[in-house]
Amino acid sequence: MIYSEKVMDHFTNPRNVGEIENADGIGEVGNAKCGDIMKMYLKIDGNVITDVKFKTFGCGAAVATSSMATELIMGKTIDEALQLTNKAVMEALDGLPAVKVHCSVLAEQAIKSALWNYYEKQGVDPEPIIGKVPDCEDCH
Amino acid sequence: MEKRYIYADHAATTAVSPEVLEEMLPYFTEHYGNASSIYKMGRESHAALNNARERVAACLGAQANEIYFTAGGSESDNWAIKGTCDRLGAQGKKHIITSVFEHHAVLHTCEYLEKHGFEVTYLPVNAEGLIDPADVEKAIREDTALVTIMYANNEIGTIQPIAEIGAICKAHKVLFHTDAVQAVGNVEIDVKAQNIDMLSLSGHKFHAPKGVGALYVRRGIILPNLVHGGGQESGRRAGTENVAGIMGLAKAIEIATADIPAKIAKLTPLRDKLIDGILKLPQTRLNGSREQRLCGNVNVSIVGIEGESLLLMMDYHGVCASSGSACTSGSLDPSHVLLSLGLKHEVAHGSLRLSFDKDFTEEDVDYILEVIPQVVSRLREMSPMWEKMCKEGTVLV
Repeated sequence: MIYSEKVMDHFTNPRNVGEIENADGIGEVGNAKCGDIMKMYLKIDGNVITDVKFKTFGCGAAVATSSMATELIMGKTIDEALQLTNKAVMEALDGLPAVKVHCSVLAEQAIKSALWNYYEKQGVDPEPIIGKVPDCEDCH
Repeated sequence: MEKRYIYADHAATTAVSPEVLEEMLPYFTEHYGNASSIYKMGRESHAALNNARERVAACLGAQANEIYFTAGGSESDNWAIKGTCDRLGAQGKKHIITSVFEHHAVLHTCEYLEKHGFEVTYLPVNAEGLIDPADVEKAIREDTALVTIMYANNEIGTIQPIAEIGAICKAHKVLFHTDAVQAVGNVEIDVKAQNIDMLSLSGHKFHAPKGVGALYVRRGIILPNLVHGGGQESGRRAGTENVAGIMGLAKAIEIATADIPAKIAKLTPLRDKLIDGILKLPQTRLNGSREQRLCGNVNVSIVGIEGESLLLMMDYHGVCASSGSACTSGSLDPSHVLLSLGLKHEVAHGSLRLSFDKDFTEEDVDYILEVIPQVVSRLREMSPMWEKMCKEGTVLV
């Protein structure tokens, strides 16, 4: 199993690691038993994601996909972030080994889960906007 | 900290040593005759095989005609288990006893036999990673064909009470096979004294090349042919012999078994320094017994981080190691060995195996002990699992 240079770059120098105090939306997906947890923090101003940070427990691909996902949604609108697919994350990383595809799914879910939390905080029902966020068991 | 390069994955494979390579080289270009040919060059190859067989046998306390050369440990395991069950199953003996934490070469072979009418008892191991010989005795039945228990575990390095199990099997007249792939060169093996009927070994674990191994089969035990064809390996395993590899195996096993007490005396303090150094970090544990353990094996769990990330970061610092996390096993579950000790999944995911050999030094230990805390602290800082554990005061180990 070989990681692309981009994956290794994002693993060894992950972008946007950390937490956001008073985040507007926090999402956490995965679980320790499966071996990966991603936690995503969003700062949202109007309709725009002005800051994003993450924390990840997981393999090299889990860290790299989290890092890449944060880069891909930074400064984007909520609509754009919701359109981000796991495939786009994978492509941005020059691909992932087949057994690691679920890490990119987790990254997509982490963003959706954070936006879900954002809408809930706003008192808006997230489901019509985001749809269902599948849980960890579905991603494997 | 000056970057070093440390290969600490000897349980995965080893380099061919210069002496072994030297022993092998003439058999590629000068003495390349087919050992089955009648002329001088063929006879030389044949003589070389006899010589290698005697040398390998001598290192195990066996006779030359009890050694069969194979392509490695997995093949030897498959042959011993399937061969025995093929023969004894026909006599109504359709029960196998093994353990839950065997190498997959044994486990998957047993699972295959389960699909073909055999019943398998998977003995548990205790929290220290040791099998209780009394459990073996209790599991033996009238129809038990074979007991197969590994000599030393490949992940956690625990050394099993093989002589006791051998004595029990002998008393009950049940055949006993052991996968000794990790044990050769690390523990004194005497197949007669330890009542071992069959033993698998693999050359590349002790500085012979990959692709050569052996199966010891006690005289009087007839295994069905593994490969049908020519008369090589007493007609049991056809195919022109890998003379160079076999000569390398002979040289390597001689070197590996020449002075095991000296190796143990040198490596044990280094191993223990490494273990103690890692265990200084909070929420870490040693996996497997410290006492009944290979002198070159360290296996620890570091809670809050995932094994593959740990390995990649250590590789970045020049240290080659291994892990039993799901991500490195290519499956969803972490190592069956670690789970067999009763570890939680999340603890097993954060495992690290370091395995080393005679050339390992105090400087290597010191370097690894500088690298690990840095890497662990970096990974824990970005781990939501660790963050949650710290907030809630969870203690997993």
